[in-house]
Amino acid sequence: MESSSAVSLVHSWLEPGRHLFVLVHLIGVASFTYIVWRRLVPLVRGQSDPRFDRPLARLGNLAKFWFGQWRHPRYPGAGVLHILIFIGFILLVIRSFSTLLVGVSRYLATQGPPSQIAYLYSTVTDYAATVVFICMLVAIIRRLVFRPARYAVPTRYGRVHTADAIFLLALIAVLMAADGLYSAAVAAGQFKVDQAGEQLAFLSLPWLLQLALASSSLAAIGKFCFAAYLVHEVTFYFLLCYRPFGIQFHVETSLFNVYFAKLSRGSLKPVRWDVPDGALDQAKSFGVKTFEDFTWKHMLDFYSCADCGRCSDNCPANKVGRPLSPRFLSIKARDYAFQHYPVFGRSSNHQALVGSVYSADEIWSCTTCGACEEECPLLIENIDKIVDLRRGMVDDGNVPQSLQKPLKALESRGNPYGKMEKKRGDWATSKELQQVCSVKTLGKSTANTLYFVDSVTSYDDRMQSIARSTARILANIGEDFGILGGAERDSGHEVRRFGEEMLFAALRDHNTGAIRATAAKRIVTGDPHALNSLRHDYNGLPPVEHISQFIARTKRAGLIHFNPVDRASDVYTYHDPCYLGRHNQVYDDPRYVLDSIPGLKRVEMERSRDRSFCCGGGGLMLFYESKEDQRMGVKRVEMAAEAGANVIVTACPFCMANIEDAIKVAGFEGKMSAIDLAELVDRQMVRNEWASSATSCAGG
Amino acid sequence: MEILVCIRRVPDNSENEITLNSAGNDIERDELVYSVNEADNYAVEEALQIVAKVGGSVSVVTVGGEDDEEILRREMAMGASHGVLLSDPHFDKSDGRGIAAILKAFVAKSKYDLILTGVQAEDGAAQVGGMLAAMLDYPFASLVNSIEVLDDHKLKIGREIEGGNREMSEIDLPCVLSIQTGINEPRYVGMRGIRAVASIPIPTHDASVLGVNPKAVEEAGATVKRLDYFVPVVGKGAEMLAGSREENIDKVLELIAAKGGLK
Amino acid sequence: MSRIFAYIAHKDGVAGDSAAELLAAARSIDAAAKPSALVAGHGPELDSVCEALRSSFADVWKLAHDDLSHPNAELVRQALVKVLPPCSIVLVPHDHFGIDLGPGLSIKLNAAFVPDILQIAHVEGTAITFVRQEFGGQVSAHVRCDASSGAVITIRPGAFKATAAAPVQGVIVDKSAEIGILTTRRRYLQTVVAEDGDVDITKHAVLVSIGRGIQEKDNVGIAQELADVLGAAVSCSRPVVDSKWLEKSRQVGSSGKTVKPKVYLACGISGAFQHLAGIKGNPFIVAINKNSKAPIFQVADVGIVDDILEFLPALTEKIREMQSVSAK
Repeated sequence: MESSSAVSLVHSWLEPGRHLFVLVHLIGVASFTYIVWRRLVPLVRGQSDPRFDRPLARLGNLAKFWFGQWRHPRYPGAGVLHILIFIGFILLVIRSFSTLLVGVSRYLATQGPPSQIAYLYSTVTDYAATVVFICMLVAIIRRLVFRPARYAVPTRYGRVHTADAIFLLALIAVLMAADGLYSAAVAAGQFKVDQAGEQLAFLSLPWLLQLALASSSLAAIGKFCFAAYLVHEVTFYFLLCYRPFGIQFHVETSLFNVYFAKLSRGSLKPVRWDVPDGALDQAKSFGVKTFEDFTWKHMLDFYSCADCGRCSDNCPANKVGRPLSPRFLSIKARDYAFQHYPVFGRSSNHQALVGSVYSADEIWSCTTCGACEEECPLLIENIDKIVDLRRGMVDDGNVPQSLQKPLKALESRGNPYGKMEKKRGDWATSKELQQVCSVKTLGKSTANTLYFVDSVTSYDDRMQSIARSTARILANIGEDFGILGGAERDSGHEVRRFGEEMLFAALRDHNTGAIRATAAKRIVTGDPHALNSLRHDYNGLPPVEHISQFIARTKRAGLIHFNPVDRASDVYTYHDPCYLGRHNQVYDDPRYVLDSIPGLKRVEMERSRDRSFCCGGGGLMLFYESKEDQRMGVKRVEMAAEAGANVIVTACPFCMANIEDAIKVAGFEGKMSAIDLAELVDRQMVRNEWASSATSCAGG
Repeated sequence: MEILVCIRRVPDNSENEITLNSAGNDIERDELVYSVNEADNYAVEEALQIVAKVGGSVSVVTVGGEDDEEILRREMAMGASHGVLLSDPHFDKSDGRGIAAILKAFVAKSKYDLILTGVQAEDGAAQVGGMLAAMLDYPFASLVNSIEVLDDHKLKIGREIEGGNREMSEIDLPCVLSIQTGINEPRYVGMRGIRAVASIPIPTHDASVLGVNPKAVEEAGATVKRLDYFVPVVGKGAEMLAGSREENIDKVLELIAAKGGLK
Repeated sequence: MSRIFAYIAHKDGVAGDSAAELLAAARSIDAAAKPSALVAGHGPELDSVCEALRSSFADVWKLAHDDLSHPNAELVRQALVKVLPPCSIVLVPHDHFGIDLGPGLSIKLNAAFVPDILQIAHVEGTAITFVRQEFGGQVSAHVRCDASSGAVITIRPGAFKATAAAPVQGVIVDKSAEIGILTTRRRYLQTVVAEDGDVDITKHAVLVSIGRGIQEKDNVGIAQELADVLGAAVSCSRPVVDSKWLEKSRQVGSSGKTVKPKVYLACGISGAFQHLAGIKGNPFIVAINKNSKAPIFQVADVGIVDDILEFLPALTEKIREMQSVSAK
């Protein structure tokens, strides 16, 4: 806020343009309102999505991810840049508005806080504008010269977005410059008139511009002031109205997108929020087939995508050349919305998405690893959309042949291999295992803990060793446990995520009944997919935990001890399974267990914890044949080698399958090996004497 | 075009282990999983693709009992408009010829332009389609792996012959074709689709409705009867190598070299 | 016993291998019978086939007709119905032609039909008991046929071995005039030859053949590596082609190519007869399969129960070692 004499001076310069400025205001505000209203039209047509619950949690997200820019530093260069720009924008809001008002209302221009606060604010914002201006230049140079790989646009998705990005960055720079010139002109004019006046912040952009104006005449300064003011106003409104036509719309929508973001991990949206489970049979159509089948929040996600490419940069499917790029899931849908719900013109709707906007292979390629969702600074959700699109394809019968066989086997036999139900518990009958402990089949007998084995560990020759190790660990600790045996069916985790909702429901209902009938008080599993499903897809079950959590707790309680490793030269590394790590936030327990083993040398791969790289996927993904340049597992094994490890520890049977396969394909056979955490613990744990007899788990 | 596809419920080849029962006179039928015969499913998919192009509808029919309704429903969930069950106590153990006669009686009462069957079912006989055609006096082609509709009265078909070659012919409608697996990629039938058709009534016709002489089709009148199932005592067979993998490799290489297989 | 007829398939003036097999089958039904050959076709090629068959068949029924120049089952059936005496037993190979011809023929002749038989178990008057297989070869069955009104039997190719017998002085019986006019509503257009692709498996002496046991497309490379060190070609069974892991030109079997290698490595192949039907010339067959009960072990010379995904790379490695040693 300027002093009253400064105000008179400015007023005299700007008064001639007042009608023009008012006109620009009216056109600008009206246009913006209209544009936003048109942009909201498809959202109104979209499906319902209840996002108004738990306001405190949502405000917490806002504070952390929006205000706190929490995700941005994951890419330090761009992260710092954006944080500076964001802080700059927040700080400049009041300044911008007051500048806009100056030209139309002399009265409003004189209002404001006491001059010290005003002066402080003005100094801070002088620097803010300068910083923003410099950031714009840096950003433009980045785009033109350094060209980070994640901004690249594969040819099949059209031309690069660089020109558009630079145009917008340049406009913001112009806005800062215009604001700076205006402030400089006001200060320069003031100085010319009464040798005093507001001091601009030293070395800031306005300050520098004031220097440039020092030798101009008062009349010239007045003209510069008017011009800068007009440019500022027009640029401001142009940007305001242009932003909703591109990725910059995130400036407006990000607040809402973060507020309405999904609060739970690992869970899936139901087929329709407004259709309860029991009424699903009556639903006319399942899944997303046309754009209007998306929920309003998903449409908002499309608007909010800032095209930063961080998601695709971390997407394992994208890395191995599958036709999936999460960034383009959003951008293509956004383009569809812009085209079919234009600001000017009629809307055209209800066209099939798969086959035009998306390809079937693109949608089937996703392993639902969650890396994209972990990265996105705007908390855009991709997994729910992929699952919804798959539901639509399944509803239309459009399922790849390679998946039809295991799905059919799941329907008739409860496992994707087509093996007989009654053989599900056969892994537990091996003589070797029986000598150490006999594994109860629950139903007739009861136990405190249910060991939920799931299909791959039960039937696959290699994975059965994980089951036996797990049984031995539980027996060694003296846990009263049992399995469902032939009554167990596949947890249905991938069945659901591949879009076969009704088959999943059948498996879930069967398993829920069987589990409840055992009256077990808790469930433990070695399969993170089963863990995730039992925790997030099922209802009314006792608490579920992963075997690594179980072992960690037991270790902390001093109930289990480990022998030192045999080969001191081995270097171990732990691979975080997607569904144990990212989706269920279990990172430390497995590491604690490994670090408790005396003499075990452990290194971290560069991509670890929430940046872990998916092994290739589990469940039905093992059956799907995607077009890819390389296996994800091979990339992961190479990462392990780079970290200097020769033993990879996994905690998921699917990771084990993919990694052991990859070790062979990558040519590391003999040089690298993989072991499951349960197998390792089984190998290293000190056998409790009282647990060594077969009577330790009573019954049978 | 009105297309009829004759389908059959069989023990699923891939999800069952076929073994003899303890009495040794039949296969072990407890815990068998049944589904529609694979080749029949390809035939239904082909029929659906044809009517999608030229209009019309697809009907499916099977000879059997209550248990067999499930496959009619499954194919209706896939897209067939009508399902018909031909059921009668006299039909229970009819042989291939009997089944063809029953189907013929049904077809004679209706009007279909094209009749499809799968090439063969679990007994590997590959007979019903050809017999049905002869009974109806319709032209027939087996092992069909491509169909092109030329007009209302004829098709251009491809048959799978030796060497991977394809024999192209023109065939007049109405005709009977037996369809080979691999002709197309059948669409997926999800649980939801099956539940949607779970309560649709399936018309059932018995011998009197069809005008079939029970004695002509029942088991007692068959000229071919299966007497038993057995697993043959194996002859000499291969010399099985029983050493470790390294030993086996060495031995195998020795033998291959002796036969001139190593360069 | 009724008269036994054998339908002879022929190409380019030469009778197929099935002629001798059908003869052997006919003798199994009735050792004293003098089976007649049925040869349909047209022109000098037909004549040379009939001439050649005189040394094995007592009478050779020649069925010459313009429309029969290409073997069209619809037309052949009509012709046979016109010339065959009642209650005849007709033997046909169980191949794509037999599948086309047999069932309809049995109806028109009002005769019994028994398809795809492997053996004659028992004959008592006109009751013949055969052995066939069901469920993809997993079980066998005895099937009794009442042939009193005749029978059409299709014989599994290769099930009956040609038996040595004293040559006969057969006569050619020209039945062409009895055929009359043939009408058909199925007209042959052309035969589309399968594309050869880059590799002609019929020309290789050693074949590394893969089946369902290879499990996925990416593993095909394991077989290719072994083939490379052996100087062999990779071939396969039908399921591999159906799954689109290899092109059709690599398929060995009744609906694929017929091969005559010296050495045949059957890797992860169960041994269904349709596949074995494509292997001729009695090669040295090595079978590797995880399932000790796989039917392939019946026909192989050497069998190993092992996982091909592990065995083949180990085998390849060993051969490489051997070759590098001998190169020094």
